Amino acid sequence: MISHKAGEHAAIALTLDGAPVVEQAPPRMLLSDFLRQACGKTEVHVGCEHGVCGACTVRVDGRPVRSCLMFAVQVAGHRVETVASLGTRDDLSMLQRQFHEHHALQCGFCTPGILSSAQAFLEEHTDPTEREVVEMLSGHLCRCTGYRAIIDAVLACARERREGIS
Amino acid sequence: MKPARFDYYLPSTLEEALAKLSELGSEGKVLAGGQSLVPMLNMRIAQPAALIDINGLVELDAVACENGALRVGATVRQSTLERSDAALGQVPLLAQALPLIGHWQTRNRGTLCGSLAHADPSAELPLLLAVLDGSVEVHSSRGARTIAARDLFVSFFTTSLEADELIVAAYVPVAPARRCYAFDEVAQRHGDFALVSVACAAEFDEQGALAYLTLALGGASEVPLVVETADALGRHADRELIAALAERASVACDPPSDHHASAAFRRQLVRTLTGRMLTALLRREEAAAT
Amino acid sequence: MIESPARTRPRRWIGEAVPRKEDPALLTGAGRFIDDLDPFPNTHHAAILRSPHAHARILSIDSTRALVLEGVKAVLTGARVAEISQPFHAGITEPVHFYPIAVEKVRYVGEPVAVVVAKDRYIAEDALELIDVEYERLEPVVEIDRALADDSLPLHENVGSNVVHERSFTYGEVDAAFAAAEEIVEATFRFPKYASTPIETYGVIAQYQRGTDTYAIHANFQGPFVLHTLLASALRVPGNRLRILVPPDIGGSFGIKALLYPYMGLIALASKESGVPVKWIEDRLEHLCASSSLTDRLTNVQAAVLRDGTILALRLDHVDNVGAYVRAPEPACLYRMHGTSTGAYRIPALAIHNRLVTTNKLPTGLNRGYGGQEHYFALERTMAIVAKRLHLDRLDVVRRNLVRADEFPYHAPAGSVLDSGDYHTALDEALRLAGYQELLATRDRARARGRSAGIGLACVVEPSGSSMGYITIALPLEQRKRSLPKSGAAEAVTIALDPSGAITVRLGTAPQGQGHQTVTAQIVAEELGVALESIEVVAEVDTQTSPWTIASGTYSSRFAPIAAVAVQQAARKVAMKLRTIAAQECNVPVDDIDLAEGLAIPRGDRSKAIPIKRLAGLAHWNPLALPSGMEPGVYETAYYSVPILEAPDDQDRVNSSAVYGFVVDICLLDVDRETGKIEIQRYVSVHDTGRMLNPLLAEGQIRGGFAHGLGGALMEEMVYDENGALLSGTFVDYLCPTAAEIPPLVIGHVDTPSPFTPLGAKGIGEGNSMSVPVTIANAVADALGVDDITLPLTPRRVWELTQR
Ligand SMILES: Cc1cc2nc3c(=O)[nH]c(=O)nc-3n(C[C@@H](O)[C@H](O)[C@H](O)COP(=O)(O)OP(=O)(O)OC[C@H]3O[C@@H](n4cnc5c(N)ncnc54)[C@H](O)[C@@H]3O)c2cc1C
Ligand code: FES
Ligand code: FES
Repeated sequence: MISHKAGEHAAIALTLDGAPVVEQAPPRMLLSDFLRQACGKTEVHVGCEHGVCGACTVRVDGRPVRSCLMFAVQVAGHRVETVASLGTRDDLSMLQRQFHEHHALQCGFCTPGILSSAQAFLEEHTDPTEREVVEMLSGHLCRCTGYRAIIDAVLACARERREGIS
Repeated sequence: MKPARFDYYLPSTLEEALAKLSELGSEGKVLAGGQSLVPMLNMRIAQPAALIDINGLVELDAVACENGALRVGATVRQSTLERSDAALGQVPLLAQALPLIGHWQTRNRGTLCGSLAHADPSAELPLLLAVLDGSVEVHSSRGARTIAARDLFVSFFTTSLEADELIVAAYVPVAPARRCYAFDEVAQRHGDFALVSVACAAEFDEQGALAYLTLALGGASEVPLVVETADALGRHADRELIAALAERASVACDPPSDHHASAAFRRQLVRTLTGRMLTALLRREEAAAT
Repeated sequence: MIESPARTRPRRWIGEAVPRKEDPALLTGAGRFIDDLDPFPNTHHAAILRSPHAHARILSIDSTRALVLEGVKAVLTGARVAEISQPFHAGITEPVHFYPIAVEKVRYVGEPVAVVVAKDRYIAEDALELIDVEYERLEPVVEIDRALADDSLPLHENVGSNVVHERSFTYGEVDAAFAAAEEIVEATFRFPKYASTPIETYGVIAQYQRGTDTYAIHANFQGPFVLHTLLASALRVPGNRLRILVPPDIGGSFGIKALLYPYMGLIALASKESGVPVKWIEDRLEHLCASSSLTDRLTNVQAAVLRDGTILALRLDHVDNVGAYVRAPEPACLYRMHGTSTGAYRIPALAIHNRLVTTNKLPTGLNRGYGGQEHYFALERTMAIVAKRLHLDRLDVVRRNLVRADEFPYHAPAGSVLDSGDYHTALDEALRLAGYQELLATRDRARARGRSAGIGLACVVEPSGSSMGYITIALPLEQRKRSLPKSGAAEAVTIALDPSGAITVRLGTAPQGQGHQTVTAQIVAEELGVALESIEVVAEVDTQTSPWTIASGTYSSRFAPIAAVAVQQAARKVAMKLRTIAAQECNVPVDDIDLAEGLAIPRGDRSKAIPIKRLAGLAHWNPLALPSGMEPGVYETAYYSVPILEAPDDQDRVNSSAVYGFVVDICLLDVDRETGKIEIQRYVSVHDTGRMLNPLLAEGQIRGGFAHGLGGALMEEMVYDENGALLSGTFVDYLCPTAAEIPPLVIGHVDTPSPFTPLGAKGIGEGNSMSVPVTIANAVADALGVDDITLPLTPRRVWELTQR
């Protein structure tokens, strides 16, 4: 059994955005804080720390989850992906480009979390209905956009992916 | 909003987990999906001295069909069930209830057993277990026992589990051939806990009379409430009977009042949802018959 | 080179739907938000102990146990803050003292009581549990009615009453109009307290620099605006020793982050006391109980009307609840719409009675729509009630009273000068888009089937580009006369070309997602004839190095009407300089030089074109070759203020905003009487945005404002119980709309460019925040046949309405 005393720091080895990482954290450190503070992944945003807003969403072993509702010690040996695993400034991913073209972000604070969910969603749903997109998105609060452009961007990306495949 | 300090244990076998639980007693808390527990830790509403993370118990990450029931292990995620055509086929009510629980992202961590252990009277899964008359398999270093849904939920956020006990699996009965189901709720937003939820399982005989009926209410009492319906059996589910059952449900419950809904409004919702749900079931049945 | 006799026109960028420059960084998670910054070494972290009581006297605070916890550096309490700082000033005469932390008394749940500075946030929060505070609880004053009662316990004893401000105004012949009225329609309205809750919370990183007695404060603040001055005097330093730095990215604000300044002061003082730089990132629970919100308001309206629906006069009685303190810029909420109190209507006479009360609730401040949603809720409900009482068609009443197209610029009785508009056409366009006849038929069919369907309508004038002067209307004339007249609304912009010709634009607007960098680049690209991508726009404000004015910042939708013009004027100064140099080089008159494609092109002789970067290089490398009298370098600042904005006059009239947009909303909805659920079936919103600078961004602003309006209409409320405890203190209880709650929105435009500004653009982001709550209220009133509507229309409220 692995055990970590409250006051001690545990060494946590994980695969973060494709690269092996080892960093220290006490047991109570939230995954969101760990990613931002210990691993320098300020791509992960924090908006509520009680699981509602979705800003902190990252993929753990491929599934989008709230990083504010996990502890850093829980990802030891696991694969974590933030939005940094998508495209780069000069080579945006298809999804990021659709967000750009649809003006699906304003302040951009909710965006990394939404992209993390949407990316995983599109990998599972090749031809989603609008209803399905809305349900996926309902796990994220965005106060700027009114959501319409986000829904359109995700649907457009699904279409583009299908066309790319066929 | 940061949790207070705690010791952290990650057992790799059930025995280790149970031993730790019995050693720590009420000082220790089981961490499953964390979707209810971690918010409470972050707000410091809960400050356990230790967490026992059961996510390392791979043996509990299994769904199987045993003795007419779906056995769902303690670390099976809600979204894993949602993705399992086999599970949804065997327990069609899961397909109706699961999408109503929080969001895809929370269901990717949250477990069915965790929701049962948490015993929120507004939660969907305790209601599901109650209406299907399921049970949980509970282990401790003292032994194992099975607790039926009606004995599991004691009060708001309180179960009959002892501090050293772990829910190892939930048993959700597989649907008999002719049984039909419905699940409905009123929530303020998509994914919110319901103000009131209603679930039912029913069966009609060849003549269209009720051969089986269980009706249960969520968010309307301190535990999921199964409404007495025995006298409806053998009768045709006409408007009058439906109205009477809806009325009975609204009287039988004892809903809380808060700023989202008064007790009177919750009663009203129980009446409406029950009536509408039974009517819709009946229509479906009639449509199937013709 | 191709010979071209004609003028080479620069490519048009203004008005194009250009995707944003801001996006690539934000899409890759590479934005730089406040919590991403780490400007000072050895930064410690603050956590704040907050009052569990709504109203109590602080008998003692004992921090001994907290101070001995390992990692704790300091604990700061109100007594010390009162010794080393001054209360914040606000624009009313009554002495309501406001410090950023409770001094002697707590006045709302969540009010700061002590600040712990520790090595990290986890330890700081551990220490909060070790501070012992003894309170003596006092009678809480929660609702407006109680605050108005003579025997309610005053929150501020030195004021002696919970009514902390009162003023009356009369414009035109009000009494005569009421005497001439054929009917007097009277109604009372309550508007709830809610807030825009940006997803990024407040954040401050402050360092007190002992050597220079200077404060450097990084904060996701949307100012500097008047609040820099207030903060400096509270901290007892001259303005030039308070350096506010706003990070490159801000995660939304919607007005809320203007009220960050008390925390900026508090954390700055915590840095001074602890001797280390201090970072404080507000958490969501803190945000919901102790950041800011709009006011809740009680309004009584009397309308003097003729039987044909003509409105002769209005009497408005407002009681605005500012919560526990009057925090600047309050009482602005009560005065933002003052000059525009008659809305979109030609109502010649108006009387206003304004009161401000304090209660044991979170204090208030800016919020998207600021003052508009409260105001239009009363005004547009009244319009609907007038039609109903007089048995007239609602549209007839509206049409009869709307300002006519030929009346612009229209001088409203309380002072606003409505610059341009065509309200009747906009209304017709909304009816067309809504398919109004079909809408009526759908409603009637639904009703025939026993359903409760209703149609709502609202017309709102959307002011943008506030003048600082309107706030001074709160002061009586004699008092106003004692200080400088105020009308400030200016914005400043600097454009620099470095020796390589690279263009940098510096804004003072501190945007929070509105796309200012993109629009700025569009304007500069068009004026200078250069590629959009080549322009860098720096929007991070530094009060020591950025150009700014008392009005700088992002609020009251002031970018489009004001800041964008400053951008254009700065760009024109640069263009003139470049053209003047080129004219000399080519030996042609300045007027014959065009800027396009990155070149200065002499008309008719493209072969002599000079790249702009060469001209910039010349201005840097060889100043002696410049036309005589010209300064070296290319660095131009423009300040723009709208001439139409004047200080309030002696009759208390004020033109409170630079320009005025217009919004007409129509909605059809269905109410489930048994579950209280509302289903919006059609929603149309037609806008007058003046000249549109970027349609993509304009649509984004409209949809965002719509979602905020919808939240206010249907679910958002800060709910307090009778003891003043906050019941909506988490995101599980304070409900914001998700994607599943937003109905389809049809947007239309009838745009009339403002004649009063060179660009003619108007703000666009606040109109629907103002219009949607009352539109939905009107539709529900129509559906249920009741008039006494209170927001938000949650299932519980709707069901209760059906039980009347
Ligand atoms: C934004 C959001 C929205 C939500 N909306 C809903 C909703 O609409 N409906 C709903 O029902 N739920 C909702 N939830 C909660 C739901 O997601 C949780 O999954 C569920 O309540 C708890 O499951 P868990 O596995 O996460 O348990 P945990 O949070 O890990 O544990 C919950 C409690 O159960 C105990 N426990 C867990 N597993 C066991 C076990 N095997 N044996 C003994 N004790 C155990 C823990 O010690 C703890 O006390 C929501 C959560 C979030 C964050
Ligand atoms: S920060 Fe994790 S869900 Fe809001
Ligand atoms: S873009 Fe600002 S919260 Fe979504």
